[in-house]
Amino acid sequence: MTKRTGVFVCHCGKNIAATVDVKKVAQDLAKDDGVVFSEDYVYMCSDPGQTAVIDAIKDNDLNGMVISCCSPTLHEKTFRDASELGDLNAFQCEIANIREQCAWVHNDMDVATEKALKITRASVRRVQHNQALEPIGVPVTRRALVVGAGIAGIQAALDLTDAGLDVILVEKQATIGGNMLKLSETFPTLDCSQCILSPKMVSVSKNSKIKLMTESEVESISGFVGNFKVKIKKKAEFVDPELCKLCDDCTPVCPVAVPNQYDVGLTNRRAIHIPFAQAIPASFTLDEEACLGLDPVVCGKCEEVCDVGAIDYDKKPTVTEEDIGAIVVSTGFDLYGMEHMGEFGGGRYPDVLDGLQFERLCSASGATEGHIMRPSDHKVPKEIVFIQCSGSRDPENHCAYCSKICCMYTAKHATLYKHHVPDGQAYIFYIDIRSGGKGYEEFVQRSMENDGVIYLRGRVSKVYEKDGKLKVMGVDTLAGRNVEINADMVVLAQAMEPSKGTAEIAKILKIGRDKDGFLAEAHPKLKPVESVTAGIFLAGAAQGPKDIPETVSQASAAASKVIALLSKEQLAHSPTVAKVRDPYCTGCEMCVDACPYDAIALVDGKASVNEVLCEGCGSCAGVCVRAAIDVKNVTQLQVHEMISAIMA
Amino acid sequence: MSNPSKTTEVQSFEPRIVAFLCKWCSSAGSDLAGVSRIQYSANATPITIPCSGSVSPMYILSAFNKGADGVLISGCHPGDCHYMEGNYLARRKLYLVKELLQFIGLESERFRMSWVSAAEGAKFAEVVDEFVEDLRVLGPQNRLKAKP
Repeated sequence: MTKRTGVFVCHCGKNIAATVDVKKVAQDLAKDDGVVFSEDYVYMCSDPGQTAVIDAIKDNDLNGMVISCCSPTLHEKTFRDASELGDLNAFQCEIANIREQCAWVHNDMDVATEKALKITRASVRRVQHNQALEPIGVPVTRRALVVGAGIAGIQAALDLTDAGLDVILVEKQATIGGNMLKLSETFPTLDCSQCILSPKMVSVSKNSKIKLMTESEVESISGFVGNFKVKIKKKAEFVDPELCKLCDDCTPVCPVAVPNQYDVGLTNRRAIHIPFAQAIPASFTLDEEACLGLDPVVCGKCEEVCDVGAIDYDKKPTVTEEDIGAIVVSTGFDLYGMEHMGEFGGGRYPDVLDGLQFERLCSASGATEGHIMRPSDHKVPKEIVFIQCSGSRDPENHCAYCSKICCMYTAKHATLYKHHVPDGQAYIFYIDIRSGGKGYEEFVQRSMENDGVIYLRGRVSKVYEKDGKLKVMGVDTLAGRNVEINADMVVLAQAMEPSKGTAEIAKILKIGRDKDGFLAEAHPKLKPVESVTAGIFLAGAAQGPKDIPETVSQASAAASKVIALLSKEQLAHSPTVAKVRDPYCTGCEMCVDACPYDAIALVDGKASVNEVLCEGCGSCAGVCVRAAIDVKNVTQLQVHEMISAIMA
Repeated sequence: MSNPSKTTEVQSFEPRIVAFLCKWCSSAGSDLAGVSRIQYSANATPITIPCSGSVSPMYILSAFNKGADGVLISGCHPGDCHYMEGNYLARRKLYLVKELLQFIGLESERFRMSWVSAAEGAKFAEVVDEFVEDLRVLGPQNRLKAKP
């Protein structure tokens, strides 16, 4: 049967028509075999454009359709849906991309028109061999995994359980809460960070639908949207959180002291410790690397003093496999390392701090119980310098991007400083002040007017120690003069970067990262919480620098996407899966070995495809020497037809 | 060698390239080149395939047989394959294809593989432009082209 194929060539306003002679493409294709309808139209994706598709199918009794327009990632679904409305099977409609892959990248009209014609003709030849397909229904596991339990992960998990879903919340650290738990107050309202976060943390621990796994990491994943299988590795749980009654008898006897990462290294902690008073799970935990006593002959002191017998050195790491329907990745950020800021004395002078360390100094739960004092000599700093864009907006040396939150948190830091040290003076070096957000600009203005913070527009070239002071050499570009400040303390507003381990989790989950290493969204504007992999969503600073309100919004958005996905009775699995042409199969098993999904097995001496497991990658077709296995609608015959069309 | 007509031929010769792009990385990368309006040679016509691993050696031979001067296969970076390991499969297999082409007397430079991620629009444009320049030097491909 010869196909009755229809072609539409889209102008996309001037986007395509400026460099491609769309009329010529449509007219030339009208002469091709099997093409019974070929027209151009100004905006195919508009309502009249889609109606034209439906009408063309009905009026011309079409059984194949090619829309020559923008990338299929944008409108393949649009036109397949329109085809269905015209009673043409969705898989009989194909997109020829003549915008991104042609009109936008060439400027010679003749050349671009010729290429557009080839691209469209290749799609026509392909569609003439397409077969009608119906999506394969697969069951859905109504359970979500949230990776990373900072404020993003916590919010997503709580929203998911509100919709009745079961959640596994995985966190690498010993407590949930992430970076927000380290903060003192939050801009622009100055409400206490722990006060607004800890109720949510407690809700997580009391929620029977959340299975919380701290000190755990995702090890591997298999399966597909709606039906993932995830292996989660949990470190050995030496302290049983059910038994631990937080008496704190264990820490005084522990002989080991290591820098406390929860205090950003400002204090030391014992090998056995509780990260914060607000920690969830509310339990002490034993740092395996620091502890001497895993061999009880060496130490074992904490076990001896623990009345309730909560400590057991013989515990082993566990790996569990969980069935999961969808995943939210919210692995957060780290601050760009101080060691990169040699010119500011970062990592060298104890009184040069990063933003998170200053948060710990201001926090009532921090080492100084909220008194701002110099780590070196515990004196109250009377002059303090804040340096913004430290590591940000510097493509030559550091991160090219703006870290977005530093303008605001530096204004907050300066304000908090003045609240703690009313007779002190705060200086802020800045490039620009970016204070877009509700109440943000007013907050910055208040810090200048009410708290007398001196803003100096310019960069700092050097910070060095002299006579017990930190000499800050900078420039005030507005006054056109050099500035030297003898400061007692310097705080660097370090850039945000993806948390350590982001690269690994991206690799494990097969989700992309952008040029700066943050997790990549599927579309920068229209799919800001979806990853490129179906069923995996993104939330929080792992996707890009953002503040708490934005993080919470994105987390709720990701959760609502998961809820919508998992509310379906069945999910549609793409029917473009592999199919064996039995008479040609010799049972050589090359395809069985090549398949990354174990979707092919030998049945009665012939390869047989499990359509639910098959993802349609075509690895099998690429290795079959007899061309006996094909991916439906991208068959080897179709590819050869496309090559012929291009080379004609 | 300094035949003037030959020089003219090199300048006017427009190589024809068939470019197999994997759907997830390289096709998306070429989309990004478009969105970024990066201009590059129009000599390569793309065919989007699910994965570089799905490329049968027959596709490459078929393209040369039909008159292609060069064949490009572009996939995700090693380790980043959307289908876990398809590009490793492609790399192993296509290395052998290169050997085969050489064995049958075709310049192996006419067949090229590249790794272009969805974030590398500029790289995609560079890959195409470089390939076109190299093929201009090699001239038209007649070794495997079907006789009319």
